[in-house]
Order: sequence, then structure tokens, then C-alpha cells
Amino acid sequence: MRLDTLTQSIGEWLRGTGPESDIVMSSRVRLARNLAQYPFVNRATEQDRADTERILRERIVAAPMGIALDYIDVGHLEEVDRRFLVERQLISREHADAQGARGVAIDCMEQVSLMINEEDHLRIQCLHSGLDLHGAWEQIKTVDDQIEKVVPYAFHPRWGYLTACPTNVGTGIRVSVMLHLPALVITRQIDKVFRSLHKISLAVRGLYGEGSQAMGDFYQISNQTTLGRTEEELVQQVADVVPVIIDYERRAREFLVRETQQNVHDQVSRAYGILRTAQTITNEETMQLLSRVRMGVLLGLIGDVKIADINSLLIRTQPAHLQKLRGSDGDSSDDIERARYLRQHFEGGDSQVKTSAN
Amino acid sequence: MKCQQCDNPAVFHITELESGSVRELHLCEDHARTYLNQNEDAGGGSEGGGAPKKGVGQSAGGPLGVGQTADDLAALDQRVCEMCGITFFEFRNQGRLGCPHDYIQFEKELEPLIANIHGATEHTGRRPSRAVPAGADPAVGTDGLTEVIGLRRGMKEAIASEDYEKASENRDAIRGIEDRWVPPLPSGQSPTP
Repeated sequence: MRLDTLTQSIGEWLRGTGPESDIVMSSRVRLARNLAQYPFVNRATEQDRADTERILRERIVAAPMGIALDYIDVGHLEEVDRRFLVERQLISREHADAQGARGVAIDCMEQVSLMINEEDHLRIQCLHSGLDLHGAWEQIKTVDDQIEKVVPYAFHPRWGYLTACPTNVGTGIRVSVMLHLPALVITRQIDKVFRSLHKISLAVRGLYGEGSQAMGDFYQISNQTTLGRTEEELVQQVADVVPVIIDYERRAREFLVRETQQNVHDQVSRAYGILRTAQTITNEETMQLLSRVRMGVLLGLIGDVKIADINSLLIRTQPAHLQKLRGSDGDSSDDIERARYLRQHFEGGDSQVKTSAN
Repeated sequence: MKCQQCDNPAVFHITELESGSVRELHLCEDHARTYLNQNEDAGGGSEGGGAPKKGVGQSAGGPLGVGQTADDLAALDQRVCEMCGITFFEFRNQGRLGCPHDYIQFEKELEPLIANIHGATEHTGRRPSRAVPAGADPAVGTDGLTEVIGLRRGMKEAIASEDYEKASENRDAIRGIEDRWVPPLPSGQSPTP
């Protein structure tokens, strides 16, 4: 099964490369689309859902998009596999928890994902590493154009692309960046930043989208309105604000180094120490500590860790990833397993632990 | 399934969680409205259950309520989409529309809500490059194809009432519309049955 191959790799967006990748983890654009000849998913019968799933799957797989897509039948996946896809940002929590026929087509780089029968019949997503909103937009435009040739999207000249929820109508576009803002959190300026974002109708969310809590100082910033402006204008609206936030975060990091270097160095060293030696650790604490270590590496306070490794650990220490990595034989708790995985990962940490445990 | 309080069909299926025990309610639209309103008045209803899922439709209560009497609102709530059969009341409770035709059926009602969300009421972004088929009205977009949702519903009802002539008329009409609107599969592949 392809999911096991995924377990061994990491998605393109976690490479830790691309412009401004010290602060911008990833750039994402998604489009909401519906078939004109079926009710929206929440009003669809079981038969309707099976029909829309089949029609979209056949047509998406056959459309000449220039990228190889793999199709995963989400409706028949075990819960751990659905959670795994959520942790990898390939499907949404809503899609994982939904009922009935549904699936997702993804490319091998995990840049493109096409969710079938989420809240809308089709949700197209392009996820790029670092700050690359225009690259993600160009790619999604091509994918959307190819699908539109073979799928009659529900469209109205006045209202645009018609969606199940009026909050997405028009362009159906959601443009977002995931930012790592530890220094703004430590210097308590983050709320001020969020308040000013709300004023210009941008939304701030946690790592896993709507309703999720911001863990480990990671935040998603996205457009809230989808009607009355072109897609390019909405991409630009988010693109315009990101350099401003990057600048704030950089200045806050400089301030921390200048004014409280010893303190910051102590904090990140302690975080690194706990990750290397803990015997049991929650997901939340891991995220928090990895966030601090990530900042420490970027400030040159920790020398021997790669950003791509920390990015990868942020995903691989999530519950479903851990469960898949350890296989079905593990009977210890998630927190013990997570601590073991972290110790094994960080060089030197494991041998020290072995000596003290034996 | 019939409503637990009258002979009308039950269209609302509510699961109440009350101090650990589960109670299921199957109600027609009228009785569901009475039940849900009663819970709303009581401050959100019993623990975890009674209050309907908060959706975007509920904010419609604001702009829609201006200058309207309770009777106006009640009449508005009863309005039904002729394609998918959703009522405006169901939309207000779920915050999700039933089908693409709702944007035409409830256009007047949705307009203030959409203006409130987006600060605009006119799409200025991309448009599908494919033209509507000959004979279809471009002013309503793909609504000519969305008509099959109503025809499919009519076909089901005809079969249920053993009106097979009507059912086969509808089936032919659906095929005719889909043939005109739905593009063929790429590279001549035939769809699976």
C-alpha cells in the first residue's frame, strides 16, 4: 500500500527550503469546486456520493495534468490511516471524519492533493515549501483548468463557482501560509499582530486548520473572503502581509538575542536536552520544544541539527505517524513511544539514556 | 419514517445526549422547528445536543430579520428549493446549502448574507472556459444542468408511487440534459457502469 511508502518519506513542503523558509514553513492554495448535476455533499444521498466519487475519480485520473496521481479510497481506510493523511496535510479533519464514498488523489511529491466529497465535491490543494504563493497559485490554476475541461463545475455568472457554504462562493479560493513565530510569542507581541490581521479580514488558525489550536508557535494565515476580488488579488492580499510579519518576527528574534541572549540560549538548550533524554513526552510538549529548538538552530545557538530534520520530526511525532512507524506490535503508550523515537533520532541522546536505564 | 408527533414524514433526525444516555428524535419540519426553537429559548438546549450546529446560516438571522416580522421569517423558512428540496430553515440551521440551484432559488434571501460575509455581491474572478450548450441561458450559468437534481428526485417519487411512465420520462430527460452538458471522458475512455 502506498501509505507505507509515505511513512518512510516526507512531503515536499517539509523540505525546509524555498524563500524565507526560516519563518514560512509552507504556502498553500486551495479551490472549492462542485459538480453542477448533483446536490452538495451534505444533501447528497449515498448513491449521489458514490456517483460523484466515481465521476470525479475517473475524470481526474484521466485528465492530462502532467503529474502522476495516486488515488486513495479514504472511505475504506482504517482510522489511523485517515489520521495519518490529516497529519500530513493531504486531507482535512472534516474529510477524515466524514461518512460515505470519498477519496483523495495525491502526487508523489505531496504538492497536489484533490479531495473528493469533502464539504464540496472537489477540493484542490497545492502545498509548496517556504514562501511560494505565486508558484502554488500557478500550479493549481493548471490543475483546475485541466479538470474543468472534463468536469462541468457548478457556476453562476453573478455568484461565481457555487459552493456548499456561502463563505466560499465566488472564487472558492483559500490562500494560506504557515508561519513559525516563536519570537513574537515569547515577546508577547503575537496578539497585536493577530488583531491587525483581523482588521484587514485575514484569518489566523492553528496548524491543522479551522478550529485547531496553535501548537508549537505555528500559525496559518489566510484570506477570509472569496467573492468580489480576483484570485490574483486574493493571493496578493496574503502575499502582501507575509513580508511584514516576517520582518516583525526577525526583529523580535534579534531583540531576544541582543537583550536576553543568555536566557534564550538557556531555553533552547533545555528544550534540546529534554527532547534528547525524556522518557515520556506528550505531542503538545514535543511541538513546543521542537519549536524552540528550531528557533535555536536558526539563531545559531544549536549547531548540529538540520531544519529539515526538525520539520520532519514535527510530523513524525504526531500520533498516527508514530503508530504507523512503530507498527502494530507496540504496546507502550504514545508518550513513551514518542520519547523513544526522539531519543533515537537525536544523535548521542540515545546512548546516554541507555547507560542510565541499564 | 414518520414524525414521532404527527403523520408527516420525518426529515429531522436529532440525537440528544442527556447525562450519558442517548435519545433519538425523528421529526417533521414543523415539529423540529418547534423543538429546536424551544431549546434555543432555553439557552442552547440540553447538554451537547439540542442546540443545532452553529453554521453560517444563523448569522442570517441578523440581516434577514431587519424590517421583517416573525410571520415573514416563518414564511421565508418554509421556502423550498425546487431542485434539491432543502428549505431555507434547514439551511439556516445547518449553514450549508443543498445544491447549486439554491443560489438562484434563495437569491434574494442570500444576498444580504453574502454581502455581509464578503462585502461584495458580484464574482470578478475566473470563469469556466467552456460555453453553455446551445439553447441554454448563459445568464443562469450551469443551472440548466442542475435541473437534473430535481428530475432525479421526481423519478424516485414516481417509482415510489409506481408511476413508471413518469419515471421513464424523467430518466430520458436526465440523459438528454447530461449528454448535452457533460463533456466526454478524456482520450475516449468509456466510463465504468
